[in-house]
Amino acid sequence: MVEQVGAWRRRHVLAGMAGMAGGAAALAAPAILRAAPSGAPVKVGGTLSLTGFLAQTAVIHKIAAEMMVEEINSRNGFLGRPVEFVLLDDQSKPEVARSLYEKLITVDKVDLIQGPYATAPILAAMGVAQRYSKVMVQSSMGIPKLQTYDMAFPATPFGSEPDKTYPNVILDAMASFPTPPKTIVVLTSKFPSAKFMAEGMRDQAEKRGVKVLLYLEYESGNRDFGAIAARVKEANPDLLWVGSLGLESNQLLESLRKLDYSPKNHFHLYPAPGPLALSPDGNNALCSTFLEPAEPFMSRPGMKRLAELYKERATKANLPYTTIDAQACGMISEWQVLEAGVNGAKSLDDKAIAAWLKKNGATTIYGKMRFDGPFNHGDAAQLIKQVQDKEWKVVWPKEFAAPGVKLIAS
Amino acid sequence: MPSATLLGQALISGVLAGGMYGLLAMGLSLSWGLLRLVNLSHFALAFLSAYIVYELGTNYHVEPWWSAAMVVPAMFCIGALQHWLFDRFKVNELASLLITFSFAVIVEAGIQLYWTADYRRYETEYSTLSFKTGPFYIPVLELTLCMVAGVLAWGTWLWLRKTYVGKALRAAAEDPEIAAAYGVDHKKLAYLLSGIGAAYAGVAGTFIALIATLAPAQIWAWLGVVFAVVIIGRLGNPLGALFAGMLIGASESIAMAVLSPAWAPVVSFSMLIAILLWDPDWI
Repeated sequence: MVEQVGAWRRRHVLAGMAGMAGGAAALAAPAILRAAPSGAPVKVGGTLSLTGFLAQTAVIHKIAAEMMVEEINSRNGFLGRPVEFVLLDDQSKPEVARSLYEKLITVDKVDLIQGPYATAPILAAMGVAQRYSKVMVQSSMGIPKLQTYDMAFPATPFGSEPDKTYPNVILDAMASFPTPPKTIVVLTSKFPSAKFMAEGMRDQAEKRGVKVLLYLEYESGNRDFGAIAARVKEANPDLLWVGSLGLESNQLLESLRKLDYSPKNHFHLYPAPGPLALSPDGNNALCSTFLEPAEPFMSRPGMKRLAELYKERATKANLPYTTIDAQACGMISEWQVLEAGVNGAKSLDDKAIAAWLKKNGATTIYGKMRFDGPFNHGDAAQLIKQVQDKEWKVVWPKEFAAPGVKLIAS
Repeated sequence: MPSATLLGQALISGVLAGGMYGLLAMGLSLSWGLLRLVNLSHFALAFLSAYIVYELGTNYHVEPWWSAAMVVPAMFCIGALQHWLFDRFKVNELASLLITFSFAVIVEAGIQLYWTADYRRYETEYSTLSFKTGPFYIPVLELTLCMVAGVLAWGTWLWLRKTYVGKALRAAAEDPEIAAAYGVDHKKLAYLLSGIGAAYAGVAGTFIALIATLAPAQIWAWLGVVFAVVIIGRLGNPLGALFAGMLIGASESIAMAVLSPAWAPVVSFSMLIAILLWDPDWI
């Protein structure tokens, strides 16, 4: 395979030289620099929730995946062969994801697979991957301890126990305030990964002496936040922690405003980033992140270009929020991990790829990632961002904040 | 123990939220009760209306009330057209469930194609307006919704009971053959009723655009609770639908305030089961 790539490269260098001789240097130069892959495509199969209740986030993953396939193909594909992404719609249903992965492997005969979006479809797909001994990289399983399959790899640095590590990042940030919060209300969607983190927040807050005034769960897709807002207002906590998904945070904050109440400090787990930043109620809102399109992250290799490309694609896809965020970066990282595994192992053999990744880790948009810890997780790298002047800015830990950016207390 | 203020605020919030349940249930109840057609596409038409109001408001800066003035007649026409199809293909009650479900799926796919699956939120100056009465806050938009729903429910109820057309529709629903013997042209009246039901979806959609978050999959979010409202409120009874909506909304909200928000969805279905077991005459 290596020899074929070399032979191919020589042919194209000659072609490029001929082109230059013909006065087409500008066109030929990219052909030399970019070793366009050739031969039968390497089929990588995967599903995303292109319809159903997860679709609004999965569309971000789709754009990022398509970008990455183009990126990889512009580099040399996988082992000199072009990559073809066979993408199917799991309709946000785990049982559909399970059947489609079975189909991808047994009918479509894909060479490799990529994980779907969100915990439940990932768990469903992981069972199939395990049955056929396929490597599966995923970027959005919020409960790492459920990733018990040895050849499943996380592309997002959650760490193995985010329910313990991340609440302490938040509490450390709060402890830096002139008047640290003494009381907290933990409010969460019953969506599994949000509930998992909320329970961790409640437990860690209690351990650190922050009084939990209320712990409330609501159904995912809750329509009316009026009564919940009334309870939050009555509790009047120093910190409101919301295990929200999508626009639930906006709805809650609007309901609070209708009661003429603004939370003192408020944290939101997985909100729709654009609408919350732009909301009149979003000022000083805190949120989880791993990376934002600002320094020091923009200095990471390729980040600036990917951010620009994402903006272009998201605008073209008519998305209302076109700034690259942790969701898009998760999918970018997913492909970077797979690419590192294939190139490192110099093989499409799943076991070889898994062994190489475990031994060497991978460098992604999130930096260097290890897979040698519990559940194949490495170090946790959760950060806190805050809405300041209608923009998300990383504020904690301090070393990740852009110059001049500081965490603002209520 | 929750305070009286909390309970009162939760009750207000629930009754007002129930107004939306009632408004959505009205068209469905009329169609099911008087035309014997279970029109699941009602939810899709409501969300299609909501997206159109959102589009007109955000991209063309059309005030929502003007948008409603365009959307509601358009929905009336779609409703009448839908009935022409039902009539043309002699769709019965069970088949209507399947066909309108398919129609709703197609509308959902169309919405996703045009507006994408991403969340949409129509921010207006009315979104967070509220006024204070004693210790309680009343959201203006939700109150307006309830008042509109109340006017429509009363108006429709009176129309069905006091006018010839309304009485003819009820008679045809009871026994089409006998009604026809008395000169009732049920087919023509059915177009009118189907159009009115869809127009109510347009009204509900206008408020959904102003109050709720829009995402294509949200079409199905109201399905269960609105069905419970339709049954509890009695088929073909717009006033019953509104009262049942407010009853369920208030019960859900009190459950959120006293127990846990997670218990709210259990309330509507528990009430439905309890009422079906009780089997009162008005059901």
